[in-house]
Amino acid sequence: MSLAPTRRVALGSWGLPARGECVAARPECEAEAVELATALAGPDVLFRGLGRSYGDAPLNVGGGVVLTERLDRLLSFDEENGLLTCEAGVSLGEVTEVLLPRGRVLPVLPGTGRVSVGGAIAADVHGKGHHRDGSFARCVEGLRLLTADGRIRWCSRRDDADLFRATLGGMGLTGAILGARLRLERTGTAWVRAEARAADDLDEALVRLAEADASRRWTVAWLDALAGTGALGRGVVLSGRPAARDELPTRLRSTPLRGQRRRAWTVPPAAVLHPWLGRAHNRWYRRRRLAASGGLVDLAAFHHPLDGILGWNRLYGRHGLVQWQVVFPPTDSEAGVRRSLELVRASGVPCYLAVLKTLGEEGEGLLSFPRPGLTLALDLPWSATGLPGLLDRLLGVAAELGARPYLAKDASAQGSLVAATYPRLADFRRIRDAEDPAGRWSSTLGRRLGLVAPRPSDGGSTS
Amino acid sequence: MKRLVLLLGAGSGIGRAVARGLAAAGHDLLLAGRDPVRLEADAADLAIRHGRSARTARFDAEDEASHAQLVRDWAGEGDVAGVVACHGSLADEAPGAGLPEEARRVMTVNATSVISVFAAAGEILAERGSGFLCAVTSVAGERGRAKNALYGASKAAASTYLAGLDARLRPRGVAVVDVRPGFVDTRMTWSEPGLPLVAPPTRVARAVVRAVRRGRSVVYVPWFWRPVMGVLRLLPRAIFRRLPL
Repeated sequence: MSLAPTRRVALGSWGLPARGECVAARPECEAEAVELATALAGPDVLFRGLGRSYGDAPLNVGGGVVLTERLDRLLSFDEENGLLTCEAGVSLGEVTEVLLPRGRVLPVLPGTGRVSVGGAIAADVHGKGHHRDGSFARCVEGLRLLTADGRIRWCSRRDDADLFRATLGGMGLTGAILGARLRLERTGTAWVRAEARAADDLDEALVRLAEADASRRWTVAWLDALAGTGALGRGVVLSGRPAARDELPTRLRSTPLRGQRRRAWTVPPAAVLHPWLGRAHNRWYRRRRLAASGGLVDLAAFHHPLDGILGWNRLYGRHGLVQWQVVFPPTDSEAGVRRSLELVRASGVPCYLAVLKTLGEEGEGLLSFPRPGLTLALDLPWSATGLPGLLDRLLGVAAELGARPYLAKDASAQGSLVAATYPRLADFRRIRDAEDPAGRWSSTLGRRLGLVAPRPSDGGSTS
Repeated sequence: MKRLVLLLGAGSGIGRAVARGLAAAGHDLLLAGRDPVRLEADAADLAIRHGRSARTARFDAEDEASHAQLVRDWAGEGDVAGVVACHGSLADEAPGAGLPEEARRVMTVNATSVISVFAAAGEILAERGSGFLCAVTSVAGERGRAKNALYGASKAAASTYLAGLDARLRPRGVAVVDVRPGFVDTRMTWSEPGLPLVAPPTRVARAVVRAVRRGRSVVYVPWFWRPVMGVLRLLPRAIFRRLPL
């Protein structure tokens, strides 16, 4: 069979509009993908999943991109042990859709179900349960990695462990993740008992969050960053735990694993956010979450609240959005969050989403984002005047306090901040470069942040 | 195996989507393509997603001698529902292309292979008094265009045969279905990113599953191709050939 066809196309990410061209191919099966890794024209190549990263992680401008979305086969499922073997293009949402009715679910679910298994591993994603359950690596028993020499290797904690740890959170730069074996846990129902507690300011939010962390499996603080004159850090602390079968109302008890299908609606292309719209939404959202406290929520809806709004990034208009997310070290967490929120307020840039979470243990991967401390995520529109200045100042606070940026969201950090806050970066570079001396695996993010060597032809510039 | 459907071109973008659609509708599948080993992964996927059995078999459209055996293997299962043909090939339409070999190849893949399998399978289904034969052809078969004269010709041949077969077999209880998509988002259209109105393979799959269930004769995917082709078919040639299609 001939090589899969290619096209020249400008790709974007979830936050960034399409810019800069690459040569893209979309193989229908693994054999085609393996061939493309070496045969795709261009200086380097990146395997891309569903492109949900906010910054330039899923881009490889001027090089090749292999889209894995058709590599979405489930290959085997061990009912007894909950072990799923699948191709890397399967989405986490599909895994839940297929296996939750059989009483199995991934123990770690990030904020959206629309990420691929390969992407979830490459970004070592985490969810509302990180303080107890850790990150996505926890679900991964092993993975199949295509390395630059054309071999397909099984990497796990026992086999090729160094390469395994470099690939977890490695942003696709160690090779192409072709598939993985995931361990799912048992669950009795498809429902979550959800609670919400109001917080009038940041201090109260942190107290409520700590309370929730102590007793609940899934916790997160949603902060209203648009409330101009209200106290800083006002918001709602959301928490949840798996609902048991006997907690369900009678009509749901006979089909406890059915859950509730959400009707998803699509954002029209022209819609654009305005601060007044955001403020109105925040008021409504807070009231609604508090009113619904104590109720049952469908598991997928609980973990992936925005998945019901297809294309919600389009609300940010042509220029897209940046999601600023860092994790502060434990000693300076509160100060870091407070100063960041103050900077946002002072800048006048509308922040349409602000989310706070306590992270638990250090991630297993060499470039894993999670480590103990508070993480703050802020959604900001690129089109806002004052945004570049705000990002600079936020970076300044991060650099001062040693806050680590999340590579899957990042579009603006410097290599120096990454080097300072990812102590295992040198190990990552060493292992990565040993596997791929010619620099076949690369990405725009990788070149920008010094995770891979710059292109020889670039003469030091990054694209 | 229950309500077994023989699916030709099971590895193609459309074929994979149709397989999932048929499995979700309760059919077991015999996935046939040039690389049955590779199709094992698709079979496993169908078993996990939809709880259906799927086997694999070799089908090479150009190896006509093997088609009769493939149909017998399928029929031997007993509880057979029908055949769906999703395989196909674009033609090298460039003036220097190696005719007549290229013409022979494209005609074989897109038309005569469908004919040879459907003729054999049709008899078997007619004897049992029920079932369906469905082929994914194309709107390109409706009028010859400079851009794809050879491809269009092969699809037109398939469509005309399906119409004739429909006339023969419907009185005997077999539905013969011609599904005509416009552009579909697969390997065939990948290298031309600017194409208008490209439908995802899942849309074609939904149309196939619905059409075989209802026993439709001709289905356009998406629906708007029916009125569009209706108009284009009536245009005088002098006007049609000037259109930038």
